[in-house]
Amino acid sequence: MTMTDLAHRTWRRRSTKKELALWLGWLVLVALFIFCWQVMTESTIWAFVTDAPRQAADIGSRMFPPRWEYIPALLEPLWDTLNIATLGTLLALFMAVPVAFMAARNTTPSTRFVRPIALLIIVASRSINSLIWALLLVAVIGPGVMAGIVAIALRSIGFVAKLLYEAIEEIDAVQVEAVAATGASKAQVMDYAVVPQILPAFAGITVFRWDINIRESTVLGLVGAGGLGLRLQESLNVLAWPQVTVIFILILITVLVSEWVSAKVRHAII
Amino acid sequence: MTHADMSGAVDHRHWKRPPFIKRAWLRWVLYGGGLLYLVLAIASVEVNWIRVWEGLERGQRFIEGFLVPDFTSRWEDILQGMEESLTMSVTATVVGVLISIPIGIGAARNIAPLPIYAVCRAIVALSRSFQEIIVAILFVAMFGFGPFAGFLTLSFATIGFLAKLLAEDIEDIDEAQAEAVRATGAGWWQIVNYAIQPQVMPRLIGLSLYRLDINFRESAVIGIVGAGGIGATLNTAMDRYEYDSAAAILILIILIVMAAEYLSGYVRKWVQ
Repeated sequence: MTMTDLAHRTWRRRSTKKELALWLGWLVLVALFIFCWQVMTESTIWAFVTDAPRQAADIGSRMFPPRWEYIPALLEPLWDTLNIATLGTLLALFMAVPVAFMAARNTTPSTRFVRPIALLIIVASRSINSLIWALLLVAVIGPGVMAGIVAIALRSIGFVAKLLYEAIEEIDAVQVEAVAATGASKAQVMDYAVVPQILPAFAGITVFRWDINIRESTVLGLVGAGGLGLRLQESLNVLAWPQVTVIFILILITVLVSEWVSAKVRHAII
Repeated sequence: MTHADMSGAVDHRHWKRPPFIKRAWLRWVLYGGGLLYLVLAIASVEVNWIRVWEGLERGQRFIEGFLVPDFTSRWEDILQGMEESLTMSVTATVVGVLISIPIGIGAARNIAPLPIYAVCRAIVALSRSFQEIIVAILFVAMFGFGPFAGFLTLSFATIGFLAKLLAEDIEDIDEAQAEAVRATGAGWWQIVNYAIQPQVMPRLIGLSLYRLDINFRESAVIGIVGAGGIGATLNTAMDRYEYDSAAAILILIILIVMAAEYLSGYVRKWVQ
């Protein structure tokens, strides 16, 4: 290569081949987007879309002023919502802990048979939203707080078990060996070497999930599972927008408070 | 101290595990309060056992539905719902990511001036504090039933998630590289393009794929309040007591979520 060639070359991040592949990738993405957009908007009535600012202004004017007298009627559903989240989280812990120990490579009884089952439970629980669980459970055990608790529990198993088994896999094996070297039984090794190591993670995960569950339990009532969502559904059905505003504000406050509590507790643990 | 004294003292000492909460009074207040709450909470849960007993039969039919899912009789509805859900998730993810990139850059304290930072952080907080379902209720009221309201809901939710994580990522970048590019006399755009973008791009792609996965899962839910997608089909199937069709829909959702998780893991490995 001569000096003049070098002088003409400018610095480039990628080779021509890579650049072409990159452009092709972007092209495919744009084409996919346009295709999906067309399929999605096939049945859209654009008159409604252009009308939206007026609708928004209309709803906005109906929502204010909020009907503050409605608050006393919301206290009981609020208590129900808190119970759904808390009891649901507790119920989930009872089921998630064994699943986590079965899923972790270093504590599972059998990597070939038990571990895949535990992982399947985790995936199935995580891919179905709590609202869908609630929809099923309301059909099976009837509307009410109980359906909400079970829905929250079934949904949380996957989340708690996944994070917990990852924590179990990351424990310090030296400590386990040290306790085992004293002649401790399997249960004692678990009690003194494994559990103390994962306890902070466990508490953190619990509070984190509780916080998420408060969020989710506020709307479970939309499908009949008790709590604030029930009042929301009732108010929406009769188009009582001033009440809807009050419920939204209450949900927002509840969520913010639970987030604050969970952040404080996690901060204290870690 | 004689030898006998010492061995005696050692014999009486037992190692005790330190308690999880050190202050004794706080520990007992927390335990007592927790127990009281549990009693009150469990007492306030009303269960209609007759209804549960009647429901067990439905539960059994539901499990049977899972064993023999019916894909055929509602196939048209399922196909339409899935089509809506998938297209909704893709378009919402693309639009959401496009909007959240500038907002994410604006919400990173190390490259954005204070007023812009405050505005972008406010947008992020607003988007994160309202749940998808509640946003969907409002958008359905404004834009009417159908996937367009769902698309807007998911786009809005994507902004809060992606912009926040992107901003944190930009704040965590290696300053030395930005410094090096700045030393060549580069302007603000060039710093973003040559020093920051290459550092955050792999993570941005990973997060976008993860969000696509989340958006699909959410699209199965917002249909319940009328925002289109497979959730609407599922809701109808449940209302008609067609548990075998509902089971078919749930199986499809689980399969797609698992496929998406597997695929996104593969793509992320390939990108990095």
